[in-house]
Amino acid sequence: METFVFLVCAVIVLAGGLGVIVSRNPVHSALSLVATLFGIAVLFLNQDAQLLAAVQVLVYTGAIVVLILFVLMLLGVDSDDDLTTEPLVGQRALAGLAGVVLVGAVLAVYVISGVDAVTGARSVTAPLEEGAGNIAQIGRELFTTYVFPLEMTAALLTIAVVGAVVLSMRPKDLEPIPEQASMTEQGDEPLTEVPEGDGH
Amino acid sequence: MRNLDVAYLVLSAVLFGLGAVGLLVRRNPLVMIMCVELMLNAVNLSFVTFGRMLDDITGQVIVFFVLVVAAAEVVVGLGLVVAVARRKPGATADDITLLRG
Amino acid sequence: MVELVWLIPALPLVGFLVLVFFGRRLGEPVAGWLGTVTVSLSFLVAVVVYFGLRTQPDRTYEVSFFTWIPAGRFQVDFGFLLDPLSMTMVLFVTGIAALIHLYSIGYMHGDRDFPRFFTYLNLFVFSMLMLVLGDNLVLTFLGWEGVGACSYFLVSFWFTKDANASAGKKAFITNRIGDWGFMVGIFAAFFAFGTVKYTEMLPLAPGLAVGAATFIAAMLLIGAIGKSAQFPLFVWLPDAMVGPTPVSALIHAATMVTAGVYLLVRVNPVLAASADWLPQLIAWLGVLTALFAATIAIAQTDIKKVLAYSTISQLGYMFLAVGTGAYAAAIFHMITHAFFKALMFLGAGSVIHGMHDEQDMRRMGALRKVMPITAGTFLVGALAISGVPPFSGFWSKDEILSFALHDNPALYVVGLFTAGLTAFYIFRLVFMTFYGDARWGASIDAEIAAKEAHMVGADDTEVADGAEPEPSAVAVLTDTHHDDHHGGAPHESPWPMTVPLVVLAIGAAFMGFINLPFSPSLEFLTNWLEPVTGANETVFELSTAKLLAELAISTTMALLGITLAYFVYLRHKLDPKRIELPFFAHGWHIDSSIAAFAGGPGRKLFELASLFDRVVIDGAVNGVGRATRGGAARLRHVQSGYVRAYALMIAIGAVLIVAFVLTQVTF
Repeated sequence: METFVFLVCAVIVLAGGLGVIVSRNPVHSALSLVATLFGIAVLFLNQDAQLLAAVQVLVYTGAIVVLILFVLMLLGVDSDDDLTTEPLVGQRALAGLAGVVLVGAVLAVYVISGVDAVTGARSVTAPLEEGAGNIAQIGRELFTTYVFPLEMTAALLTIAVVGAVVLSMRPKDLEPIPEQASMTEQGDEPLTEVPEGDGH
Repeated sequence: MRNLDVAYLVLSAVLFGLGAVGLLVRRNPLVMIMCVELMLNAVNLSFVTFGRMLDDITGQVIVFFVLVVAAAEVVVGLGLVVAVARRKPGATADDITLLRG
Repeated sequence: MVELVWLIPALPLVGFLVLVFFGRRLGEPVAGWLGTVTVSLSFLVAVVVYFGLRTQPDRTYEVSFFTWIPAGRFQVDFGFLLDPLSMTMVLFVTGIAALIHLYSIGYMHGDRDFPRFFTYLNLFVFSMLMLVLGDNLVLTFLGWEGVGACSYFLVSFWFTKDANASAGKKAFITNRIGDWGFMVGIFAAFFAFGTVKYTEMLPLAPGLAVGAATFIAAMLLIGAIGKSAQFPLFVWLPDAMVGPTPVSALIHAATMVTAGVYLLVRVNPVLAASADWLPQLIAWLGVLTALFAATIAIAQTDIKKVLAYSTISQLGYMFLAVGTGAYAAAIFHMITHAFFKALMFLGAGSVIHGMHDEQDMRRMGALRKVMPITAGTFLVGALAISGVPPFSGFWSKDEILSFALHDNPALYVVGLFTAGLTAFYIFRLVFMTFYGDARWGASIDAEIAAKEAHMVGADDTEVADGAEPEPSAVAVLTDTHHDDHHGGAPHESPWPMTVPLVVLAIGAAFMGFINLPFSPSLEFLTNWLEPVTGANETVFELSTAKLLAELAISTTMALLGITLAYFVYLRHKLDPKRIELPFFAHGWHIDSSIAAFAGGPGRKLFELASLFDRVVIDGAVNGVGRATRGGAARLRHVQSGYVRAYALMIAIGAVLIVAFVLTQVTF
């Protein structure tokens, strides 16, 4: 049963991922992202991480993707990326190569070592509990062992909110950014020539 | 350890690769943010898988924190995008080159 | 009482500091008396310390004041080594310096820069004391450089005249060549011994490899040659005579020029450990320089130049002594020479002063009638240098010749012949100056000036290398202030000048008795110096008959020279032109050869060096700058400003790291 769910969700997740990177319309990318996130949530459920699945749906799809969509709509949904050209030379080729090699390397580890890929020691202090104890256990860990990081994340969120507000404040005099004067247009100015000879 | 766990890890790796390539190739800042989210999710998945394989609740706790950080990062990132786009409508990642050498 | 040794250099240093800040305000004559008092007190302290030293174990006293250069393995302390050798040097340096200070009060009277003179003199005494008291090579070198600098200051004291300034520069630059040798010697000594302190390094000398010892000794010899004006680095000494006569007396007769000999005697264990040819070289260098300088002296017309070449010649004798292992004899001759040469220089200064700055001997004559004290004391000095018994020079020179004979009869012959020449040229000077007919101008009245208001600040001008000088009228002064100069007859000098003459004459007469050869118990100086030189001093048996024969031969040679001079210059039986060859008068043309080389091929070398500096060295430095800029210009393109490109670089970096980790991991 678990395997079947995994296979279905895997397809959804990968399809969503592809959709994100391939879609021309950014709204399509956002929707593909939603699909991926849902797939991941189900996979969490598959692994008996119920709280996480719920939080994933709430926070990621419910908040983050919504935010992204807001901004998309704000900035104009019809600005399509021009996917056919690539201004940076070799960027796509190298990017593809880097991705493939990266994934390939990680896969190599897994495939070669097979079931012994994970070599860590089994936990003695916080073994998984079954069923609904999952929420209680996470809560307990958060507020005992990891209480300091928890408080730090609280501060982080506050800071992020303040930052966002500051960043999006309208300045008094608004003018579009002028076209950058390219350095190559001006020409590289060499430093003044060092006078040679008997200047000593 | 079962093959299924390995399959989870493989899926996570592939998803991460997809996100990375997308980040490098797309120019629309919002799509780039979405690709970052992909990568983060892939990592979350592998954390949970490891947690299950090692019988440790810490895996899931870490995911919690990753989630919080991702949220904060998206918030600030979007604020930046809005600020830039307000000044230069239709700006892409390639238009911000003031820090060139 | 030995602990007071620090006072000895401290007093002249205090004098220098006071004079340098307040000298101009103190003015004449207080500045002069201050300078004299500090050095005299220094001498008195030296005497007290001497009595204390006699009771010390091994007659040695060491004291260290502070660590001067702590540089890892290279540790140099500021400390004094008081042993018989340095004590001896301190005694006669401070004693003669005190007398010369007193003399200078009279000689420099009326000079505009009277306080400055004493400032430099005090500084000189301090430096010389550092030189002899230093307990390591570096401190000695400090004093060495200090006396060189003071020599420069004092030689070009009247620097407004170009010739004087040039002479000062010449002295300093020629010395510098020797100093290079000294420095390399210090480096080599540190390299060989691991230390430069005498008490640590000299006991190790016997165990040193011959090559190392020879190298160190040879380098120090170069330094000594420069400082003690031996061939080929002697050219500065005759030129240095443009300085005031007390300077010539103190620095270029009694003290600074002896520093080279002192250095060689100090490191005699290293000399003893070196290859046999090196002491031989030193001996031959010394005796040939002595001969060479004596031949030049017989043809000089300037009274100070004769004495200058005479100094070079006598220093040659000291080098001869060092080369033959007769260290005590070298010091003995150094002491007697200090007395009689300083005496003769001061006497010459008295003559010059009395003759209103006339230095050409051809215009002097019969001065003993008007300057009896000067003439009498000068005669004592002349007898001493000629080697007439029982004056001091006789005993010291004969001891050197005795060792020379023992070492190599050829050395003895050359040395003996030179002794004859010495007697000849010095009595030539005496007869031309003090005897014979008065050749000074007939316009001189018999008027005696009551007040000593004549100026002395004029420049002792003289062309650089003993060639024919322009005639200068007797009564002409060329300095900037002419007060009531009376243009009168030559006269005896005032008491500050004559008293030192008398004291030095007593020394020149009787100093010989500190080291009589007749019996070991009479050789006070040799016995006194035994802790320093005894191990390497050459010893040999000398039967009384042989000794008396040597003494007789020396005396005969001296009298021969005097007699010849008598016949040539008093009786005019022989034409002097046959002896005073122009070749000698021009100093064997060495100075002109050096000038020709430096102007011609030398200049090409200098320009080559300059070119190398400009093109290669500067080019390399500038080239590095250019290369950096070029490389940076190319590298700049990596930072394109595109965020995605940067992200790609991050991705590639991550790939590389993963790949690396994969290679390290075992499955």
